[in-house]
Amino acid sequence: MTREVPPGKEEGELTQPIPWNGGRLMEEVRQRCGARVSACFQCHKCSTGCPIGPEMDFLPSQIMRLVHLGAEKEALASRSIWLCASCEACTTRCPMAIDIAAVMDALRILAIERRIDLPDARGKQFHRSFLGSVRRHGRVYEMGMMAAYKLRIRDLLSDVDKVPQLLAQGKLSLLPNRGGDIRRVREVFRRSEEEEGKP
Amino acid sequence: MKYAFFPGCSLESTGRPFDFSTRAVCRALEIPLGDIPDWVCCGSTPAHASSDSLAVALPALNLQKAQAAGLPVMVACASCYARLRTANHRIVGAPEDRLRAGRITGHPYDGGVEVRHVLDVLVNELGPDRIRAKVRRPLSGLRVACYYGCLLTRPPEIVAFDDPEHPSCMDELMAAAGAESVDWPFKTECCGASLSMTNSAVVSRLTHRLLCMAQEAGADCLAVACPLCQVNLDLRQADAGKAHGPLRPMPVLYVTQLLGLALGLAPEALGIDALAVSPRSLLAKCGAVAPAGAGGIA
Repeated sequence: MTREVPPGKEEGELTQPIPWNGGRLMEEVRQRCGARVSACFQCHKCSTGCPIGPEMDFLPSQIMRLVHLGAEKEALASRSIWLCASCEACTTRCPMAIDIAAVMDALRILAIERRIDLPDARGKQFHRSFLGSVRRHGRVYEMGMMAAYKLRIRDLLSDVDKVPQLLAQGKLSLLPNRGGDIRRVREVFRRSEEEEGKP
Repeated sequence: MKYAFFPGCSLESTGRPFDFSTRAVCRALEIPLGDIPDWVCCGSTPAHASSDSLAVALPALNLQKAQAAGLPVMVACASCYARLRTANHRIVGAPEDRLRAGRITGHPYDGGVEVRHVLDVLVNELGPDRIRAKVRRPLSGLRVACYYGCLLTRPPEIVAFDDPEHPSCMDELMAAAGAESVDWPFKTECCGASLSMTNSAVVSRLTHRLLCMAQEAGADCLAVACPLCQVNLDLRQADAGKAHGPLRPMPVLYVTQLLGLALGLAPEALGIDALAVSPRSLLAKCGAVAPAGAGGIA
């Protein structure tokens, strides 16, 4: 359980002072997902129950604080937002009813839109590969999705040992299932991109 | 009541035993299931973490199809369940989400299709008493740790069919099947979910913790109701043991597989032999299946 902390710094301590930016990031997050991060009073209940806490560079309550402070660079380039497993424990337990898991989603989306140099691109590449498979086939074609993902992260060997058993037990298919409504899925992807102003 | 069954992508691949066993149990309990023939992926975490529009529109597309068939939806996968419920919740609660989902899917949708999880249907609609009456081979002496994971009970205002911190519906079901459900504290702790793709070391740590706790509580096996939890706990068990200390192999079964055995269904019809850690010898001990060797599994 290692957490990368710069030498001479405590966990979660910032390396640079952050200029106050008038709550802009907080407002952007609210517009994206409706969560009112301003209500957070730093009780740390989210961090206490977070299953991924030990691996995070900033705990969920510290991410909330970064959003308060408008520390866009630190929040968007954190490992934590990609380590979040979306288990919703924080959202369920927050005494101020802040949808913390949705804040993590909003920060991931902002990090991609602003082309932040991510400390670990595996989360982004997995999501791209997964959604690419859905767009192409209507449903996830596991073999194709895994191959695309593993090529993107240049790691072809991990978990290969599990493939023979999965194939033998009929739990992986060599060909995609094309039973889904592919035409309408493609429309949904295209119109979603138009709605979100993506090319 | 008849339901349109939404299997979701996992139930066509790594979660196939969940698909077989859910359909077999519903057949045995006379819960008629229809299909949504051209259903599409719900988007799962990659959608809600990448595009707010897709996260609502992909589930809405499926719910429109169920609405056209005039049926409420039954889901087995915990993640699909949470995504479909979340889409309904947002479409009903926020007019802008409803309008946007309508624009993107090309059809209006009011969020009105009921979405239920198979556990919810079994426990709250059919009820443990009616299930107990149909049990042919009680799972006597089998000690089960019921594992709910995250998305069956969280967030409660969206999924809401059991207590978010102390759920009990699966325990009730296992008791009806004649098994003993052990009391343990990690019922709703996360297994790491799709981090198995991006950070499998995190999943190893979390599943090791879960399996050790289940063992300590005296469980013989785990019962799950999510295809991702099943794969993380079962297929990655050996990796977790290597990384964090030896584990006694513990079978991880879908709750519908255990229930199906108790209802007297054939193990082959429930995908019992399609798990990584074979439950054969354990189940033979409690008389739920024929002794090892007869089923031809190592």
